[in-house]
Amino acid sequence: MDALSKKVQEVFDEPACGKNQAKSEKDRKKGCTKQLAPGAAAGGCAFDGAKIALQPITDVAHLVHGPIACEGNSWDNRGAKSSGSRLYRTGFTTDINELDVVYGGEKRLFKSVKEIIEKYDPPAIFVYQTCVTALIGDDIEAVCKAATAKFGKPVIPVNAPGFVGNKNLGNKLAGEAMLDYVIGTEEPEYTTPYDINIIGEYNLAGELWQVKPLLDEMGVRILSCISGDAKYKEVACSHRARAAMMVCSKAMINIARKMDERYRIPFFEGSFYGITDMSDSLRNIARLLVDKGAPAELLERTEAIIQREEAAFWQAMEPYKDRLKGVKVLLITGGVKSWSVVSALQEVGMEIVGTSVKKSTLEDKQKIKELMGEDAHMIDDMTPREMYKMLKDAQADIMLSGGRSQFVALKAKMPWLDINQERHHAYAGYSGMVTLVREIDKSLYNPMWEQVRRPAPWEMQSEKKPATENTEHTEKFGGGLYSVPSVTSVA
Amino acid sequence: MASVTHVKKSCAVNPLKMSAPIGAALAFMGLDNCMPTLHGSQGCTAFGLVLFVRHFKEAVPMQTTAMNEATTIMGGMDNVEQAILNIHKRAQPSIIGIASTGLTETKGDDVDGYLEIIRKKHPELADLAVVYVSTPDYVGAFQDGWAKAVAKLVKELAEPGPKIAGQVNVLAGSQLTPGDIEEIREIFEAFGFKPVILPDLSGSMDGHVPDNFSPTTLGGTTLTELRITGASEFTLAIGEHMRDAAQMLKDKCGVPFEVLETLTGLDACDRLMSLLTGKSGRPAPNKYRRQRSQLVDAMLDAHFYTGGKKIAIGAEPDLLWGVGNLLAGMGAELTAVVTTTASPLLEKLPAQEVLIGDLEDLENRSQDCDLLITHSHGRQMAERLDIPFLRMGIPMFDRLGAAHQVTAGYRGTRDLLFQIANIFMSEAHEPLPDDWRNTESEGASCGSCSSAAAH
Repeated sequence: MDALSKKVQEVFDEPACGKNQAKSEKDRKKGCTKQLAPGAAAGGCAFDGAKIALQPITDVAHLVHGPIACEGNSWDNRGAKSSGSRLYRTGFTTDINELDVVYGGEKRLFKSVKEIIEKYDPPAIFVYQTCVTALIGDDIEAVCKAATAKFGKPVIPVNAPGFVGNKNLGNKLAGEAMLDYVIGTEEPEYTTPYDINIIGEYNLAGELWQVKPLLDEMGVRILSCISGDAKYKEVACSHRARAAMMVCSKAMINIARKMDERYRIPFFEGSFYGITDMSDSLRNIARLLVDKGAPAELLERTEAIIQREEAAFWQAMEPYKDRLKGVKVLLITGGVKSWSVVSALQEVGMEIVGTSVKKSTLEDKQKIKELMGEDAHMIDDMTPREMYKMLKDAQADIMLSGGRSQFVALKAKMPWLDINQERHHAYAGYSGMVTLVREIDKSLYNPMWEQVRRPAPWEMQSEKKPATENTEHTEKFGGGLYSVPSVTSVA
Repeated sequence: MASVTHVKKSCAVNPLKMSAPIGAALAFMGLDNCMPTLHGSQGCTAFGLVLFVRHFKEAVPMQTTAMNEATTIMGGMDNVEQAILNIHKRAQPSIIGIASTGLTETKGDDVDGYLEIIRKKHPELADLAVVYVSTPDYVGAFQDGWAKAVAKLVKELAEPGPKIAGQVNVLAGSQLTPGDIEEIREIFEAFGFKPVILPDLSGSMDGHVPDNFSPTTLGGTTLTELRITGASEFTLAIGEHMRDAAQMLKDKCGVPFEVLETLTGLDACDRLMSLLTGKSGRPAPNKYRRQRSQLVDAMLDAHFYTGGKKIAIGAEPDLLWGVGNLLAGMGAELTAVVTTTASPLLEKLPAQEVLIGDLEDLENRSQDCDLLITHSHGRQMAERLDIPFLRMGIPMFDRLGAAHQVTAGYRGTRDLLFQIANIFMSEAHEPLPDDWRNTESEGASCGSCSSAAAH
């Protein structure tokens, strides 16, 4: 566990992290894991985070070493799409039993690796550590080393047991595993001056594919995406890219920074959400590549594509402009998505009445202030009750959030749109923004709302009992509110 | 009849099984104003919570003691205490149901002991019921956790008392959906009984739109009802895994019990009717006579399509028992059978072999099958095998209405039969001129259509 605690310390002290930079020396030492309050905590564990970050690598066998809960309760539950192998959607776990807990699970792990190679022959196996096997002292690094030697195939330990911290820490530890064991271990067949890495993009609902056609048109090659629709070899070769874009700032900043240090791959932080951000990202990619020696005409080519796409977007927006003008949106999501989606929605005339900044860095917050003004309603940690109340008081017409808070909106009979990792629609790039706006419009103007808000026949007749629902906007969420803590209940 | 085999391999591939702690948590969700809590790391709760949200399409109340590396090693007493105090303060539940996890069991936390100390230390919690059940992740499966939770609830909270006329206990197994439970309640009430159903997911997880917003469960068995289970006339346990809880209730409060393994199928429903007729002294209401007749007719109509069909089924033992027997009783063959955990029912199943294994094992044995029945995780294998797929069990995340799928009672059985027969009907192969020409050749393109071509 020594090596692991060292790793955790190291990851916490991320020089490129804006939040970390702003801290005093003393605070920095404490790390950035907030003490979780028992009985009032929400969210996934470090193992969850590691799995989210790496599972999109499609041709790898992702083997979870632990009891059935860690994989059995959660496998095949994310929307990262693949253009090739489906192996990443196969659930592999050692499913340890009581005897393994007593005698150790290393042998079972080793045999599991052997079985997977015999049956599925993947280019690599990622082995995920979990709480129980960490607690009993199973040394997955040693097992992976032995298995790599024995089977002549990379068997990569991902040491992020759930109890070391939250999802975000797990993302970073997964990044460390890539840096330590994968990146730089293979060479690409050829390189071009137009090779980039995209870091922190998971290809949820196929979003990478909304962007890729434009990159193709620019002549830019995605040497490696870490980790959406990636193949093992691509990640292993990623050190030969000329430049990198870091998409989800909080998740994999350590990969971007260390690759800059080790391999001189400059990176910028950008987003594919929203028109301005999308255009900026394309420009930045072109600029970094040109800085690194690509022909300067790339800049012009890129600019032409941007002009064309933006014009097409605004034309596609015409029918929506009147319909969505002044629509009040409550945006509950993490980190980078906040500011990038804020600017996107404002572009089509919607009004953001609040946005969560729980996972955002100082820089993110600054960006939100620039976009929404100094009095921006930034919500640090919104309880389900507060969300419910905001919707009830008609301070918002629609809520955009992750699936877990879906029912706060729906039970309040208010429109809701999924913008998290379980979502089914792709919202990236110019076409993705059109989809997002269309989905918001579809949701807001569905005639169903008027029907479900109508009181039941017995509520209309009864005089004594006031109707709890009413078609009037301000009354439609009536009814007493229990005091709702920020418990996970809806989380 | 069946040989029961534990699969001998080290790596489970495409798990069928889910963990015991979340089985316990779902049982706790069938209590009114309850906060199910897992004693483990926050991820233990997060995974279960997401799974239930996707299955029920509902807000799911579930909490965690948020154990980390240090607290695990030092022992989780403080975390359990803090969790109870926090939940009590913020959500004000009537009951907190705590289930342990692999993490805290490996350490060996004595939570029952902790609770005694916490009780002494915090007299303000006197009115709050707290029930703890030990459910290490590495022992058993989902239905085992459910069974243990119900047994512990009864053990801790049922109180012996003078018999309440007409009151009966229904201990509902994890194979029953909220829709099933509603059906069962109706049947009992039609015989003049007042059933206390434990756990009662029909109140809490049936997808209603409440007027209020609640951080705990809304609806389900109340604490008062739980206590007076000790005063019921008798107990009916539905599902073999509810036997221990029924026995517990008998030992503690002297309530006699019967176990019905399932309420799916003509025979099972007939047994229920006889039992209720006997206990109530009332004849079976006309509507059930009519429904029985409808089921008989459905069986007559459906047998053309179910006869000889090869079924691949992966389900927890008690769900497997109900659905497996129904299909075998309709002339289908249980060709590939995989389950999650040991049960005395398994060897009695009308199949050659029952494996305790995973979906990879099921897939390997399902090549020639006509229908796959398992939870939503079967979607990938159904696609690969290119056979029709009926989703049953938890989780069912890629379909709506999981909570309202009714397979209990005459009506439920009738609808399930129709559903299955319709799947076969829509898969029927149109006869082609050459279907009967090369039957001896190895082409076997039509091995499965011989029965379809027969009608």
